[in-house]
Amino acid sequence: MTEFMTTFALTFLSLRQFRSASASALLRRAGVALLSGLVVMLVTAPASAQLTGRQSEGSLSPIPIAIPEFVGDNPQLAIEISNVVANDLESSGLFKPLDRASFLEAVRDINAPPRMVDWRSIGADALTVGRVTRDASGRLSSEFRLWDVATGKQLAGQRFATAEANWRRVGHIIADQIYERLTGEKGYFDSRVVFVDETGPKEKRVKRLAIMDQDGANVRVLSKGSEIVLTPRFSPTRNEITFMSYTRDQPRVFLLNLETMQREVVGEFPGMTFAPRFSPDGQRVIFSMQSEGSSSLFEMDLRTRQTRRLTQTDAIDTGPSYSPDGKQIAFESDREGTQQLYLMNSDGSGARRLSYGEGRYSTPVWSPRGDYIAFTKQLSGRFLIGVMRPDGSGERVLTEGFHNEGPTWSPNGRVLMFFREGQGSNNGARIYSVDITGYNERVIPTPSFASDPAWSPLLN
Amino acid sequence: MFDRFVVVACVAMLTAFLGACANKSADGGSASLLGGDGSAGFGKGRAMPGTAEDFKSGTRDLVYFSSDSSDLTPEAQQTLVEQARWLQQYPQHQIMVEGHADERGTREYNLALGARRAQTVRRFLAQQGVANARLRTISFGKERPVAVCDDISCWSQNRRAQTVLGGAAISSR
Repeated sequence: MTEFMTTFALTFLSLRQFRSASASALLRRAGVALLSGLVVMLVTAPASAQLTGRQSEGSLSPIPIAIPEFVGDNPQLAIEISNVVANDLESSGLFKPLDRASFLEAVRDINAPPRMVDWRSIGADALTVGRVTRDASGRLSSEFRLWDVATGKQLAGQRFATAEANWRRVGHIIADQIYERLTGEKGYFDSRVVFVDETGPKEKRVKRLAIMDQDGANVRVLSKGSEIVLTPRFSPTRNEITFMSYTRDQPRVFLLNLETMQREVVGEFPGMTFAPRFSPDGQRVIFSMQSEGSSSLFEMDLRTRQTRRLTQTDAIDTGPSYSPDGKQIAFESDREGTQQLYLMNSDGSGARRLSYGEGRYSTPVWSPRGDYIAFTKQLSGRFLIGVMRPDGSGERVLTEGFHNEGPTWSPNGRVLMFFREGQGSNNGARIYSVDITGYNERVIPTPSFASDPAWSPLLN
Repeated sequence: MFDRFVVVACVAMLTAFLGACANKSADGGSASLLGGDGSAGFGKGRAMPGTAEDFKSGTRDLVYFSSDSSDLTPEAQQTLVEQARWLQQYPQHQIMVEGHADERGTREYNLALGARRAQTVRRFLAQQGVANARLRTISFGKERPVAVCDDISCWSQNRRAQTVLGGAAISSR
C-alpha cells in the first residue's frame, strides 16, 4: 500500500486561488452549508437538552453535483472509479450526486469545455469529469476536472498515476479533492478503518482483526481468530496498529506492523494490559495495566522501551486518549464512584474531572482537530454517543439506543464511526458512521458482525 | 494420596454440601449433578471426588455479582468457603479464577471490572487458606457470556467469577 506513488506532478489546471476574491457562488454556498451546521451545534448545546439536541435530518442542504461516468480505455474501470467518487461524496451528507439518467450532455472529451447551460438546467451546482487510461508502464493514469456550473469556471483539476490494484484509491483521492475544494476542509475518504470482525455464536464469538477502506470495501482479515482480539487502533504515523489479544490466555497489548505482519508484545507486565492507543507522534503507546483490583494508566516509549506510570489509584482508570498536541490525556475513571471523563497533563499531573452530566461517561476520544472529545454515555439503560468541548462544555448527543459504543474520528474530525448492537440473543454489532452534527447516520457494510472501529489518518 | 477411609469421609461431606447447594443451580450454572463420569463406587452419577467434575458439581465453581459490583454477596461468600475447603482438600490442583461482566457496559471498563471480580475471589480464597501460589486470575470482560439472551435476569448470570482447576476453562480461542 505504500507503493502508491501519487504523482501530483501535474498541476492544478486551475490557477485560481482558493477563496480568492472572486470566489464563486458555489464556494460561498458550501461555506454557508458548513456554517449552518455550526450554528445548529451552538443552538443545541444546552446540557438540559441533551437528548433533544440531535439535529434533525435534512437541515443541511447538500450540494447537487453531477458526476458523469468517467471515460477511458477500460470503460468499466473508469465507471467504477466515478462510482467510488459519487458514493464517497454522497456518504458525507454534504453532496447530492445527481441521477445520471437526467444528464443532457454525454461527456466524451474531458478537455472540451462542458456546456454549462445543460448542467445548470438539471440543477447541478458542480460538475466533475474524469478520464482513466493506462500509461506505457501499465499504470493507471487518472485525471479529473471540477467545474463550477454557475460561473463556468474550473475549480480544480489534477492528474496522477498509480498501480491498477489501487484503483479505488484513485476514486477516494478525487473525492477528497472535490470535498476540500468545495467545503474548505480536508477530506477523509482516502483512509481505512481497522476493526474486529465477529462470527459464530455469542457465547463463543470468534473475533478477528480486519481492515477495510472507510466505505467498507477491500476487507482484509489480519488475524486467524484462534484468540480473542479487541480494540485495535491505528498509529498516526506508521502503517501499524496496536490492539489487545489473549495470546496463550494472557491478555496483553500488542503491536502489529501491517506491511510485514510482524507482531510484538508491548512490554512484559505482571497484570493484564489493555485499552492501548498511540500518542500523536506515534512514538508512545498509552494503555491500562491491571494490578490487584485496580487498573492504572501507563505509557511506553516505543524506542527506549521505558515505561512510565501516569496514574495510581484504587480505581479503574482506562480508555486513555491524547490531545492532538500530545500535551493532555483524556481518560475514564470510576475513582469517584461511577465512570466519568477526566483530563490530565501528559506527565500524569493535574487530573481534573470533565463530565458532570447525568449518567456514566466512558471511552473518550480526542478529535484530530482538537475541538471535541467524543465519548460513550450510559443513561437510563441506554447507550449514547456524544461529543463535548475539551473544557467539558457544549455536550451534544449524536446518537442513542440500546447499545452504542466506542467512537472513532475521521481524519478531518467531521465524522465519527462507532459500533451498535441491538437487543436479542442472535444480535451482533455493526459499525455506523454519523456526522458531528448528529446528521447522516449510516451503517458501514461489513461481511459479518463488526465492532471496535478505529479510523486511520489520511493515507496520502 | 488418600486412604480409603478419608475418601469415604469426603464423599459423605460432599454429599452434605451438594444437598445444601443443589438449589443454587436453578440459575443455569455450568455444572450438572448427573454430569460427571464418576465410578460406581462413589454413588451413581456422582463425580469422582477430587476431580474437576466433582469441584464443579452443584455450581460450586461459580459466584455471581450485582451490577457494576465486585462485592461478594453472603451467598457468594458461602460458595467460596466451600470452594476453599475443597481446594485445600485437594491441593494438587492449580487454580484459575475467571472474572466476567455482563454486556451492559463498555468493553475496556468491563475488562477491568472482570479483573476486579476475579481478584476479589482470589483474595477471599487466599484468606480462607488456599495457597497464593496456586491462584491465578484472568478477566474476559464481556467477551464470554454464559447466558445469551436479552433481559435483566439473563445478564445477571454473566456477572460471574468462575473458579477453574488447572487453567482457564473458557479458552480464549
